[in-house]
Amino acid sequence: MTTNLQTNSGGVSVQVRGLRRSLGGHEVLRGLDFEVKPGEIFVIMGPSGSGKSVLLRHIIGLEDPDAGEILINGESVHGGEVLDKYRMALVFQSGALLNSLTVGENVGLYLTEHQLKSPEEIRRIVAEKLEVVGLKDTEAKMPNELSGGMKKRAAIARALVIEPQMILYDEPTSELDPLSAAVIGKEILKLQERIHVTSLVVSHDRELAFGIADRIAVINEGRILAIGTPDEVRRSEDPTIKKFLTADFKL
Amino acid sequence: MFQNLGEMAMLFWRTLRALPLTWRQRQKVFEQFFEIGNASLLMVCVLSFFIGGVLALQTGPFMAERALVNYLGGIVGYSHCRELAPIMMGILIAGRIGSAMAAEIGSMRVYQEIDALRTMNINPVHYLVLPRLVAIAIALPMLVIFSDLVGWLGGAVVAAANHQIDVGMQPFFASLREVVDFQDVAHGVVKSFFFALIVGVVSCQQGLATLGGPRGIGRSVTKAVVNSIVLVVIADYFLTRVLLK
Repeated sequence: MTTNLQTNSGGVSVQVRGLRRSLGGHEVLRGLDFEVKPGEIFVIMGPSGSGKSVLLRHIIGLEDPDAGEILINGESVHGGEVLDKYRMALVFQSGALLNSLTVGENVGLYLTEHQLKSPEEIRRIVAEKLEVVGLKDTEAKMPNELSGGMKKRAAIARALVIEPQMILYDEPTSELDPLSAAVIGKEILKLQERIHVTSLVVSHDRELAFGIADRIAVINEGRILAIGTPDEVRRSEDPTIKKFLTADFKL
Repeated sequence: MFQNLGEMAMLFWRTLRALPLTWRQRQKVFEQFFEIGNASLLMVCVLSFFIGGVLALQTGPFMAERALVNYLGGIVGYSHCRELAPIMMGILIAGRIGSAMAAEIGSMRVYQEIDALRTMNINPVHYLVLPRLVAIAIALPMLVIFSDLVGWLGGAVVAAANHQIDVGMQPFFASLREVVDFQDVAHGVVKSFFFALIVGVVSCQQGLATLGGPRGIGRSVTKAVVNSIVLVVIADYFLTRVLLK
């Protein structure tokens, strides 16, 4: 989120220590501890309402914890300065595109507002990022003209403009058909290969998690049940994890 | 309402501190200014014409009975520009523009657009509040001047057309010129500037404080309009006291 747009220099590390947060008298996060390595794709899985999205909002500094801390490359997020120092982007579950702006204006908003490039250069960068996510020539469209999947890809393009060192994805495949979900999954992998960005993905999509993750954390009721490689998590004997990973539609 | 006063004061202070960035946000200020003018000009016209008209209609026959009708232009002009134009335009703008501001910012809050701005290191006060507040603070005083002119015309038309009053346009405006001076117009304009700040800050604060879904947006809009009107009327009394000295 720095205003200096530099060439990407790889991902950042994240350390979460003893994170606690209560909302409306209910303890949503109950002392979370984990670490994400630079350039890693780290997926946080868990059922709906397990505190995944709240965790993400804490990591990017949108919320302050009741206790505990989050460190980016060893520096606390909640002082505020670290968010100016490292470039981080959050892809919201809904996309959170500004409905009053066109897709092109949305994608170029960071550059326009911080006056980092000339209008011509912003147009070029926007076109380039939209092409990367498969949305070529959609600059003039309004967000309400896009499908759910296209909105999410536009949101990823907006995140890419920041040249992020870490991208956080909140349920990137929710409400998407399997084909669009696969496209999003591939985009996440491509980005990690291309710019070695640290990716923190929150999802309850098992296929996505096991398809892209370097490591997975399973979270339930604000606690981490297991952390490990996809194989390690798959072999977990924890009954809640087993139930979550094997749930199907059969009655 | 009063529990939000602290938040409103904080928001106003943060916006004041951001004032040097106004030039950078000039495009958005212009867009908001255009929006305010476009949305309110016709209503200002109709409202002001009839306020001027009803003033003449209420006071005209009474003054005619007492052979004071030569002062009608002055009475209508004075009361319109000092009191009725600023207060009515303040209320109109609270309903028309304040509600739109609260709804727009409220829906941006509910649909995480404001969070998205924050993750891009874009300050919502600079991006959303500053342009709106600057635009309304320029637009409302201008609308009040416009309202003065239309209101006077409305009064003059009614005074000339109503057989109980029967004061021609020329004597109406002669009386108005005799009584109303620049200071009277300025009095209304200064008041409207403060009303604009009240409506802008209240509406933006309510928008930013929106919680929940569409119901929350509706609640914010209602609170923005009601709180703006109440505060405008209270401020009107105190401003009048200060400006009369």
